[in-house]
Amino acid sequence: MKYVDEYRDADAVHQLADELARITTRPWTIMEVCGGQTHAIMKFGIDTLIPDDVTLVHGPGCPVCVTPLELIDQAIEIAAIPQVIFCSFGDMLRVPGSARDLLTAKAHGGDVRIVYSPLDALRLARENPDREVVFFAVGFETTAPANAMTVYQAKREGVENFSLLVSHVLVPPAMEAILSSPSNTVQGFLAAGHVCTIMGYSEYEALTERYNAPIVVTGFEPLDILHGVLMCVEQLESGRSDVENQYTRAVRQEGNVAAQGVLAEVFRVVARKWRGLGEIPESGFALAPDYAQFDAGSRFDVADVSVPEPEECVSGLVLQGVMKPDECAAFGTACTPEAPLGATMVSSEGACAAYYRYRRVADPA
Amino acid sequence: MPDGFTCPSPLGDHSHVQLAHGGGGRLTNALIEGMFAPAFDADGPERRHDGAAITIGGARLAFTTDSYVVDPLFFPGGSIGYLAVNGTVNDLAMCGARPLYLSVGMIIEEGLPMETLWRVTQDMKRAADAANVKVVTGDTKVLDRGKGDGLFINTAGIGLRETDADISPSSVRPGDAVLLSGDIARHGMAVMTVREGLEFDTTIESDCAPLAGVVLALFEAGIDVRCMRDLTRGGLASALVEIAEARGVHVVVRESAVPVLEDVRGACEILGLDPMYVANEGRFIAIVGPEDADAALDIMTRHAVDGPASRIGEVTDRHEGLVTVVGQIGAERVLDMLSGEQLPRIC
Amino acid sequence: MCLGVPGRIETIQGDGLLRVGKVTFGGAVKEAHLGYVPEAIVGDYVIVHAGFAISTVDEDEAARIFDYLRQIGELAELEEANPSA
Repeated sequence: MKYVDEYRDADAVHQLADELARITTRPWTIMEVCGGQTHAIMKFGIDTLIPDDVTLVHGPGCPVCVTPLELIDQAIEIAAIPQVIFCSFGDMLRVPGSARDLLTAKAHGGDVRIVYSPLDALRLARENPDREVVFFAVGFETTAPANAMTVYQAKREGVENFSLLVSHVLVPPAMEAILSSPSNTVQGFLAAGHVCTIMGYSEYEALTERYNAPIVVTGFEPLDILHGVLMCVEQLESGRSDVENQYTRAVRQEGNVAAQGVLAEVFRVVARKWRGLGEIPESGFALAPDYAQFDAGSRFDVADVSVPEPEECVSGLVLQGVMKPDECAAFGTACTPEAPLGATMVSSEGACAAYYRYRRVADPA
Repeated sequence: MPDGFTCPSPLGDHSHVQLAHGGGGRLTNALIEGMFAPAFDADGPERRHDGAAITIGGARLAFTTDSYVVDPLFFPGGSIGYLAVNGTVNDLAMCGARPLYLSVGMIIEEGLPMETLWRVTQDMKRAADAANVKVVTGDTKVLDRGKGDGLFINTAGIGLRETDADISPSSVRPGDAVLLSGDIARHGMAVMTVREGLEFDTTIESDCAPLAGVVLALFEAGIDVRCMRDLTRGGLASALVEIAEARGVHVVVRESAVPVLEDVRGACEILGLDPMYVANEGRFIAIVGPEDADAALDIMTRHAVDGPASRIGEVTDRHEGLVTVVGQIGAERVLDMLSGEQLPRIC
Repeated sequence: MCLGVPGRIETIQGDGLLRVGKVTFGGAVKEAHLGYVPEAIVGDYVIVHAGFAISTVDEDEAARIFDYLRQIGELAELEEANPSA
């Protein structure tokens, strides 16, 4: 596959890893923000190729992981309504709410359906005028334009039996929360490449200036990630802290202007609660007043309660990069993909799940 | 406290059966080991993974059953009819038997068009003829409208075992070669890409096919087949893990040696699926002694209708009950079974 | 963020913000929304996420970076063979 295979070439990857080893003279801690990058690092074993001095910590870039418990509970409540067809990306189906997950809700009779695109959910609404179709709009800035366009089209066409349960979060505020935390050990970032295809990367300038941390916009294939790490370490070694773009084939500094236009029309920026991190101001999207009629949270009378996390689950620390999944006492014992305690073990992008699924075994002595 | 590694999943965690219990992964195994096998006292020497090896009056038989609930009923490259015959034929072949007779149980939803039923029946006939088996008995039930997905089929099969050898994980040993009969993930993607909400324009066709011919050829050539598995739900990964865990050995495979057709790969990439876990219908793995590997590969390739067979890995004693895969960029990682179905993702 | 896969635009229907098209991924063809890549034409590669093309692939940039990486790789190999003081 073009623009995929070349970036998984073993020789090219190893050569870059050698170059990285050559230029690294001191220990550095770099965070890759995006869950997709974490997944790639674990699946391809990139962490085994980089020098010991370079530590990769995994960030909160898993929108599935950071969706608050309450929202999952609301989703389950809505899915249980007989008239509702509840549509979601596959990622959300196994994330535990306070008592169960959407897949269990399906087993109990809810009409829960996996779709690949929010447009599939809109089509279901057109085809089933007597049902209420609700789409679980989870994601970062990458997915927001897709959800925005769907609602934009619904409004234009006058489709009324369609609504979004919105749980959109924004990446830069999370990065700032991590950088400003007193326990922060992260010295540089690999920024989320696809988020930046939409938003561009001008807003990272303020972060690099304020915190003296280099930020490199990075792609998702092994070669991209290694290249991003190389660029980041080069900066750290020479005392620079600039915003750079590794993923130039897909990301422009101004981002995707057409998408930003639709986002501005359909969404407004609000404070959002992040599972494991708490509330961060101006860190999410909600529907703008002109599109408020499409908000499932208002359309269906669902309770707005606050639910505490199970005590054993330290997802929050993992999401902040303060703890590695295998340092958690419950990892692999009380908490496994079959019986997860927190979202980071369930989501395919979650750091805990990635560690578990792609774990290494040491050869016996 | 549940231990996800070795203990059957605590069924108490699930008060209702989930789709994942039928996914071919850990939850399925847990249901079988936790509920059915103990209830039927079914853990004797006759038990094989894909069927049972029994002896009646001196005749060495294999006996198996399988149910087919695929939706949609007709998909590129096949239908529930083809699956219903070939699936059971292949289970018998995996027991080292020549498939001979099938029974068919039809559970039909009221309102299913007769035309549909006729097409399915014709498909079953064609598949049976191609596999040299006869459908000799059956049953029909009709459910109230709304209680079934159109049509469910159960087939049971009987065959004559060609050998007394124990073709099962117990015969596997370090040094053995792991052979794969062809490219993977076609069936699962053929069905998924016509499913509502995930539609593709592609015609990826199912690899549904009978395997008895190639298996019998292996025996005829005197190949010492230690163990075989046809790859169904749960994909290549699940089959490897089951064998490694059953025998307590280590299996290492090389990802670059596992063939995947380009369009199948493209569909997997878009939906975020790993081909190693996607269902197949006309593929199997054979574990053979190293001295037999080349000859076996040759036979498997000669019988393949599409694409050669490949040697994908080895059995070692480096670890116990574990499968590892050497990935595309050379790093080795654990390959585990999934707990349930693999779901499409966008993250 | 997330899963964005590069594919080649085969056909385009409609125009403006609502245009759609068929995109092929190694031979697997799926419809994708093309409203966010107004400059893309048939034959271009786009990154597709959740059914939407979110960016065109700048093939020149890809080639340029690739050459650059290859040079780094060659230099790294030279260094290994002849380590400088």
